[in-house]
Amino acid sequence: MTAARSVRGVAQHIALTDQTADGADKPDAAVVRDALGVGVAVGLSGFAFGVTSAGSGLGLLQTCALSLLVFTGASQFALVGALAAGGSPFTAAAGAFFLGVRNAFYGLRLSQLLALPRAVRPFAAQWVIDETTAVTLAQPTRRAARIGFTVTGLSLYVLWNLTTLLGALGAEAIGDTRAWGLDAAGPAVFLALLAPMLKTATERAVAGLAVLLGLGLLPVLPAGVPVLVAALAAPLALLAEGRRRGRTGQDATDGVEGDR
Amino acid sequence: MNTWIAIGVTVLGCYAVKLAGLLVPAHTVERPYVRRLAALLPVALLAALTAQQTFADGHALVLDARAAGLGAAAVALVLRAPFLLVVTAAVVVTAGVRAVGG
Repeated sequence: MTAARSVRGVAQHIALTDQTADGADKPDAAVVRDALGVGVAVGLSGFAFGVTSAGSGLGLLQTCALSLLVFTGASQFALVGALAAGGSPFTAAAGAFFLGVRNAFYGLRLSQLLALPRAVRPFAAQWVIDETTAVTLAQPTRRAARIGFTVTGLSLYVLWNLTTLLGALGAEAIGDTRAWGLDAAGPAVFLALLAPMLKTATERAVAGLAVLLGLGLLPVLPAGVPVLVAALAAPLALLAEGRRRGRTGQDATDGVEGDR
Repeated sequence: MNTWIAIGVTVLGCYAVKLAGLLVPAHTVERPYVRRLAALLPVALLAALTAQQTFADGHALVLDARAAGLGAAAVALVLRAPFLLVVTAAVVVTAGVRAVGG
């Protein structure tokens, strides 16, 4: 579930909004095609989650419950990883929760674009994730945005849950998932999500500091806690950035607006 | 039971933030600092998680087949491979290194 795509989506959205002013329109079929492309490609990676979750010791019902009810990939992977490492349920859930906070910011944008009736919002909320946001932001009109959101959300939700089930069943069938290298799926997913986010020096500094904190504190703190401490790299980097700006007398909001 | 507690808390927390985004008026949280922090938090968490799940064995740091797998994933990312291929590369290389006794 990649943020790079959503950033690209924002850029496209801005470009396409200009087109709309000239009366340009996008056929419904084209919107559906784009949405299905994203929904199917990412939906299939639920298989990796199913395998990882089962390999982490979660039961079939627990694995499927996560995909059905949490439905935000990075948080799901983080939770099963933390539980497998022996973390307490609350530290494990905290890591998953902090990863999910970004969805709130997607929701802020989507609620303006989709203009959903209040009664529909509790249902639409479950689909507010990286991919649906990227597709929705890329659409030129409200109609296209609504179609894009619905088709991406539906196809991704159905496939993600089906492949989760298949992955969990598959993992139970093959037994030792480590022998098949499947314990590398989790970190590879995280790296694939992280890579497109490392655009500027600040992001790379945050990532580097987080790695040092996460690994350095691992031997001394209870399982799951080092990741939470590593999250402090984000506010620390912002603080350092603010100080640097303050010294050079630059406007502190400068690069912030340019970020997204 | 502990696992179900963790699942329940995660389900409630993750759904709550999704719904909050759709319900809260945009201007209340759309401050530059908050937006910037929200963008940087996943960077920190994902980086720490990637490193831990690659190099951790309980409370010990180890260098094993997973590191080779992650290296393969990094190469795939540099070559702009699609998401599924990146994950597959990591799995195949990790399994391969283990098979030859890594």
